[in-house]
Amino acid sequence: MGRFVVQRAAQAAVVVVLVTIVTFLLLHALPGGPARGILGLKATRIQIEQFNKTNGFDEPLPRQYWSYLVRLLHGNLGTSYKLNQSVASLLVERVPKTLLLTAMSTAVALVLAVPLGVWQALHRHRVGDHVTSSLVLVGYATPAFFLALVLVIVFAEKWPLLPPEAPQGTSISALLAHFSGLVLPIVTGAVTTLAAFSRYVRSSVLDNLAEDYVRTARAKGVSERRIVWIHVLRNSLTSLVALLGYYLPVLFGGAVVVESIYNYPGVGLLFWNAAQQSDYPVLLGVVLVISVATVVGSLAADLAQAAIDPRVRGALR
Amino acid sequence: MSAATDSVYRRFLRHRLGVAGLVVIVLLFGFCFLGPVVYHTNQVQTNILAANLAPGVQGHPLGTTDVGFDELGRLMVGGRSSLEIGLAAGLLATAIGTIWGSVAGYAGGWLDSVLMRIVDTGIAIPALFLLLVAGTIVRPTVGVLIVIIGVVSWLVPARLVRAESLTLANREYVLTMKALGGGSARAIGRHIVPNAIGTVVVNATFQVADAILLVAYVSFLGLGVPFPGTDWGGMLSNGISYTYDGYWWMIVPPGVAIILVVFAFNVIGDALRDAFELRLGSR
Repeated sequence: MGRFVVQRAAQAAVVVVLVTIVTFLLLHALPGGPARGILGLKATRIQIEQFNKTNGFDEPLPRQYWSYLVRLLHGNLGTSYKLNQSVASLLVERVPKTLLLTAMSTAVALVLAVPLGVWQALHRHRVGDHVTSSLVLVGYATPAFFLALVLVIVFAEKWPLLPPEAPQGTSISALLAHFSGLVLPIVTGAVTTLAAFSRYVRSSVLDNLAEDYVRTARAKGVSERRIVWIHVLRNSLTSLVALLGYYLPVLFGGAVVVESIYNYPGVGLLFWNAAQQSDYPVLLGVVLVISVATVVGSLAADLAQAAIDPRVRGALR
Repeated sequence: MSAATDSVYRRFLRHRLGVAGLVVIVLLFGFCFLGPVVYHTNQVQTNILAANLAPGVQGHPLGTTDVGFDELGRLMVGGRSSLEIGLAAGLLATAIGTIWGSVAGYAGGWLDSVLMRIVDTGIAIPALFLLLVAGTIVRPTVGVLIVIIGVVSWLVPARLVRAESLTLANREYVLTMKALGGGSARAIGRHIVPNAIGTVVVNATFQVADAILLVAYVSFLGLGVPFPGTDWGGMLSNGISYTYDGYWWMIVPPGVAIILVVFAFNVIGDALRDAFELRLGSR
């Protein structure tokens, strides 16, 4: 296990370094380079040259990359062009809100997807399996912005049960105080991810049912219900947890769309607005945080899975 | 047709939903590519005098758009770009992923590590961001979108094929071929890829479905096919601005078309997976 932890952590470290190299190069590929990012759009060319000289941005790229890394390690992600605020402080403000929304819609999706996937596996190729699979697939095939529109028309216009917009507020408690405004964003996020999870559970349960340990359990007289809900589900869930780690960028992509449609004040909306306004320091800061979170998330998931399932330790990706 | 492909074919035909999906795809392709031959409309010049017409008015069966394009004809033109981009980008992603994954899995050792860490890095960086950056540097055309979407989507097939290739590389027939002096290129081209073909084909159908969805999102972000061209996602996000005017005919047809085509490719993929008797964990 120790060897696995060290190896897997080393892999993650390499990926983090690669991610910083990519963001560094993108920052430099932009017109004006990092000086624009720090001085803002109104800086003159002389100011930029002066800035480059005093800050060492006329030095060779490898040395500059090193100082970029040092700045990152000090939590300095640059300053927004538009919002007159440091990227780091923007992220501190916005990340918890996106975590809240994404965690809730992912939780809803999982709570529905796990029992559904198991039920489908047990009734595979029967009418119920086909009908539910198809319904879930329609949810997957619907672009989130179209789904959101339909939901708003039905549940906010035709029958005004829910507000069409997410609550606004600076604190988490302010957002939760108007929970009804969170319902449509949560549902939109959940519907589009539900299919991925339920299909995963369905096929994973089917795969597990063909394993030798199931045959052994059956031979020992363990009830079918116990085999499925205790033995098989435990194996399926551990691999589902591992999948979640890798799923973070997809969830973030969903957050960008959902937050911008419902005007929810999270990282997704921040990213969306930054993209509209070419606010590169913000874009790069968000990307860096999401990427590192993905690497750390999948590392944590893999280690958790390895702790539970010894077979994983052998098969290092 | 060999016995193996024959039985895959028969098993596919037994899958009714998959066959229905295939029929839908054929019909949609016919509609988009042959439709304009029969149904002539002007999809280049705008006509403000005929804007926002309801279905049926002035001989427009599905009405007209905000700048006076015939909606039915637009659906054909837009579908053509959506299907072209989706199909080509999905296949491009599958091709890159297959080569990358089979080389990594077959080679093993340091080359495998290097190749897979690059894949991990690509997975960690949100595709949406790469699309945005690319969109600011190049003007999107159908060709450019194919390349961009293909290049951001090859990572999942690379992982799947690599896992497959890892087990195939140690099969006796591959080891025998190597012992007889066969080269790596021959091993990958003649043994690894053909034996992983089920995984590759099934994944390709899902890739096409995802690419068509991704095109819709790209258009929603405003980086889609430029005017006067369009795609279903572009039509949809354009129509959404007129929701509160009640112009449903600008929203429902492209929305339904996207759902239909993505759904159809997914059920075809499911049917193929059953036909190849695959166990693809993640999909």
